[in-house]
Amino acid sequence: MITVKMQDKIGIFTINVTNRPMNVINEEFLQALESVVAQYFQMENACAGYIFTSAREEFMVGADLDLLRHIEKVDDCLAITKRLHACFRQIEKSNKPVVACLAGSALGGGLELALACHFIVALAHEKVKIGLPEVSLGLIPGGGGTQRLPRMIGFEAALPIMLEGRPLSSSKAHELGIVTQLASSQEELLKKAKDLIAQHPQVQRPWDLPKYKIPGGGVQTPRAYQFFPVSCAMVVDKTWGNYPAAESLLKCVYEGLQLPFDLALKIEENYFAGLVVSPIAKNMQRTLFYSMNECKNGKSRPKLPVVQLKKIAVLGAGMMGAGIAYVSAKAGMQVVLKDIDVATAQKGKEYSQKILSKALAQGRSTSAEMETVLGRIEATDSTSSIHNCDLVIEAVIEDRNIKKLVTQESEKVISPDCIYSSNTSTLPITGLATYSKRPENFIGLHFFSPVDKMPLVEVILGEKTSPKALALCLDYIAQIGKTPIVVNDSRGFYTSRVFTSYITEGIAALIEGIAPAIIENAGKACGMPVGPLAVADEVSLDLIYHILKQTIADEGKDAVDQATFLLTEKFVTQLGRLGRKSGKGFYDYPVDDKKHLSPTLSQIYPLAESSDPVKDFEQMKLRLLSRQALESVRCLQEGVLRSVAEADVGSILGWGFPAYTGGTLSYIDYRGTERFIQDCQALEKRYGERFKVPSMLIEMQKEGRNFYA
Amino acid sequence: MPNSQAYIYDAVRTPRSKGKADGSLHSVTPVCLIKSVLQALQERNHLDTHLVNDVILGCVTQVFEQGGCIAKAAALYAGYAQSVAGMTLNRFCASGLEAVNLAASNIISGYQDLIIAGGIESMGRVAMGSDGGAWMIDPDVLLKTHFVPQGISADLIATLRGYSRQDVDTFAVRSQLLAGQAISQGHFKKSVLPIRDMHGKIILQDDNYLRPQTTLETLAKLKPAFKDMGEKFGLNAMTRTKYPQVESINHVHHAGNSSGVVDGASGVLIGSQEMGQRMGIKPRAIIKSMALTATEPTIMLVGPAPASKKALAKAGMTVKDIDLVEINEAFASVVLNFVDDMKFDMDKVNVNGGAIALGHPLGATGAMLVGTVLDELERRGLATGLITLCVGGGMGIATIIERV
Repeated sequence: MITVKMQDKIGIFTINVTNRPMNVINEEFLQALESVVAQYFQMENACAGYIFTSAREEFMVGADLDLLRHIEKVDDCLAITKRLHACFRQIEKSNKPVVACLAGSALGGGLELALACHFIVALAHEKVKIGLPEVSLGLIPGGGGTQRLPRMIGFEAALPIMLEGRPLSSSKAHELGIVTQLASSQEELLKKAKDLIAQHPQVQRPWDLPKYKIPGGGVQTPRAYQFFPVSCAMVVDKTWGNYPAAESLLKCVYEGLQLPFDLALKIEENYFAGLVVSPIAKNMQRTLFYSMNECKNGKSRPKLPVVQLKKIAVLGAGMMGAGIAYVSAKAGMQVVLKDIDVATAQKGKEYSQKILSKALAQGRSTSAEMETVLGRIEATDSTSSIHNCDLVIEAVIEDRNIKKLVTQESEKVISPDCIYSSNTSTLPITGLATYSKRPENFIGLHFFSPVDKMPLVEVILGEKTSPKALALCLDYIAQIGKTPIVVNDSRGFYTSRVFTSYITEGIAALIEGIAPAIIENAGKACGMPVGPLAVADEVSLDLIYHILKQTIADEGKDAVDQATFLLTEKFVTQLGRLGRKSGKGFYDYPVDDKKHLSPTLSQIYPLAESSDPVKDFEQMKLRLLSRQALESVRCLQEGVLRSVAEADVGSILGWGFPAYTGGTLSYIDYRGTERFIQDCQALEKRYGERFKVPSMLIEMQKEGRNFYA
Repeated sequence: MPNSQAYIYDAVRTPRSKGKADGSLHSVTPVCLIKSVLQALQERNHLDTHLVNDVILGCVTQVFEQGGCIAKAAALYAGYAQSVAGMTLNRFCASGLEAVNLAASNIISGYQDLIIAGGIESMGRVAMGSDGGAWMIDPDVLLKTHFVPQGISADLIATLRGYSRQDVDTFAVRSQLLAGQAISQGHFKKSVLPIRDMHGKIILQDDNYLRPQTTLETLAKLKPAFKDMGEKFGLNAMTRTKYPQVESINHVHHAGNSSGVVDGASGVLIGSQEMGQRMGIKPRAIIKSMALTATEPTIMLVGPAPASKKALAKAGMTVKDIDLVEINEAFASVVLNFVDDMKFDMDKVNVNGGAIALGHPLGATGAMLVGTVLDELERRGLATGLITLCVGGGMGIATIIERV
């Protein structure tokens, strides 16, 4: 775990957590650290100073989540943090200087170890990331970071770093005063560390000195009197009170900074422990770390040799096609971007150019890289260009006949081994595959907009889709760095089907006479990124109308909710309200002002008698989340979804289902199966069959089972 | 032994001036402002200060110069008998009226017999908010109680009740106009005392915060003061779960239609009937009824109506029985909301203008309004007045006085 070497009277501790893929704080490391501290930090007379460094690419990247995963009791968490703080404090209180040498990233607990040292020297290289990202997994720093960082750089600088959780470059960290010195090579790193030791033979942390003052002032100051209310408000603005970690961070810093250091650590310990045992943190870690990694590491992947894709074809250079071309070229693949004419294809290529130019302007890229990536994209109108592709991604408009044409045209040219995929968002793959000569090579690859930002790809297996096709697609998705879920075929698959239910629930409420502002606020308040009516406007009402018409054509009138269908028909065909793109939908979009809900809504759908706005609001939140959860259960029950983990990962990554719930099925565990069933039965009584509880859940309740153990 | 009633014998106040470095009273210490009030009450009433049991002053920002129980300090400083006790209280903007109500209660109960109740706030020297406070700054409390600064609350009221920028600005113009007329016609002459420097030279004679030339056009130039705070800094978000029917808050308030930040002090001489006889002074009014409520703290400023209704009910009165109303003009929407709720005739309300024109020295205003309404009742030969204020934390306070 930690090897010790004496060099020029300096104790050099090299960290190598061998039982983990990366250096993390786990039980073994903690024991090793305790032992090192006990042994070497008592021998102070023998040493001039100490250096912590790493044998690996990274310094340390956080606590091992496995350490925290199964903790259910506050005391069990406190037992661990007590040991950690004891170690760190002994390091910190050593009279001889301690330097952390960061040749690689220091994140979370790893950075906290470095912060407990007297000096930090870091490599000035973009691979070195410095940060405290705990908030993104529902936690706060638990190794003293909430108390050391503000005492080093002031609370105004420290809090945003911890609240956002985004890592900094080593140079930025140096600018802020977190990193003492930068070095440009490993040798220089070590040299600077030794120089610091030589220059500071005796040293104490500022907060262990009497008359210590917090840089920038403490929390009972006019500055803090502005800062804390605003910070709280901004957290509420972003999180609607759904994420306790951010709130705990503010409380923890506010309270801790008013106390002597060791007492302050106890404050952090308590807030940390509270979060570790909390369902929300467990939800987030389970889905965003464990399940997501499972999906990325190919849990669904058939046991076949890995394919390295070299060349792909994207058919259709619209927004989706352009985005798919970009991510593929960026990942190193040759891309043929085809449309009906070169101009259209070229326009699609310009999308990549725009993104790359922006990155260049922001210093995140070089012109060499930009040229290389763009050079990989061939904008063309010629089908023959796609002849030697490993994968074709069809991204033309959502029209069965056009897709049929394109499929058949392509198959004249592509090799028999080439996999053919469609980016359709709703049309069943099996049906589309009937237009193909090789349905075993036909598969659905459902991307999300904007492609360069959305991390999910939903892979849909047609009836005849082969394991080979699946394996290749998963390899492609790994190459472009996205996360796959794999589902079986049906209309709307998983993501479109459940996401649509969010929209239709909002529309149903509007028709009933719930105030539009309440509907929209409820959507955001339950954790969705945007209200259902706003989302409908973004997706555009004519697309929704078109999808509903197609569904009726394929499956009959009863396959869609009539009230919703009539609303979209009225808005699209009578009122010209198509959504944002036509300047009006549920919202009006004035040219020089913010969008606002259209006053015509209450004219068309008069407000219901009642109403207690807060009651309506709470009910609406319940409806919006329950509706999506129920639809997800149906997807699982019908065999569209193949696993609970993929339902959860897909919901959060695909359409922004609130992360604090852990995902659509995790939400049911979070609420409690029995309570969720009761909620839905009440909702069914009031609003109808769409809230009917699927038999799978009834059985689970009877047997006392949950989705997760 | 309990006294049956509490009587108002006299009421004075300092003029109000801008609470900034260039305000006329900026060089006058708060304790000095109170001294002027106490000395004026003594002189006007030939008061033997040994008779005074207590000086109870409202003061919100009780730190620095306004810390250390300024009421007792000022009583000594003004040369009152050492037997006079002193207390400084904070019920936010209601403090001055609370001091009056508390004084009345103490007298009615027999606890005390003669009290000077008033208030002090030198907002230019001791800035609002300097005293901090868990409610506004402790994240645990803030987050639990959905604290927002009052300006957001005022804009929220305007949004919920549909008061437009024009509505609130029109009310502001009214306040300025009536205040200007009141001063030029000497309506305040009886009770506003001049403030002098150490050599007796007058520093300020009359309220001078007001801008009687204000028009809708001049106000229209002002940007909404709480828009950035609400939208950019997220404060609007704190109101969302309690008021989910609001799509977005319409920010209409600004310095020109909100109460002025000023310096000022006030004092009301309140005592039992027997004390009046001992002093040889006739009472001017009786304190007929008092009430206190607290309402939803995020919208914060809707307390006056329920408090007033409670005070009316306690007195067995209705809105029709009130001749004049003084409601603190914390923000224009507060008054509009109150009047709409209570269905008062606007011609009875703030007939000499209000805090938008004259200013609101936080701890002192409540007691100032008592004097203001009493003077006007006497001037018009009317009988009954209602004083009410909105208060931080959602509280509301109301007092009904009647001339005797």
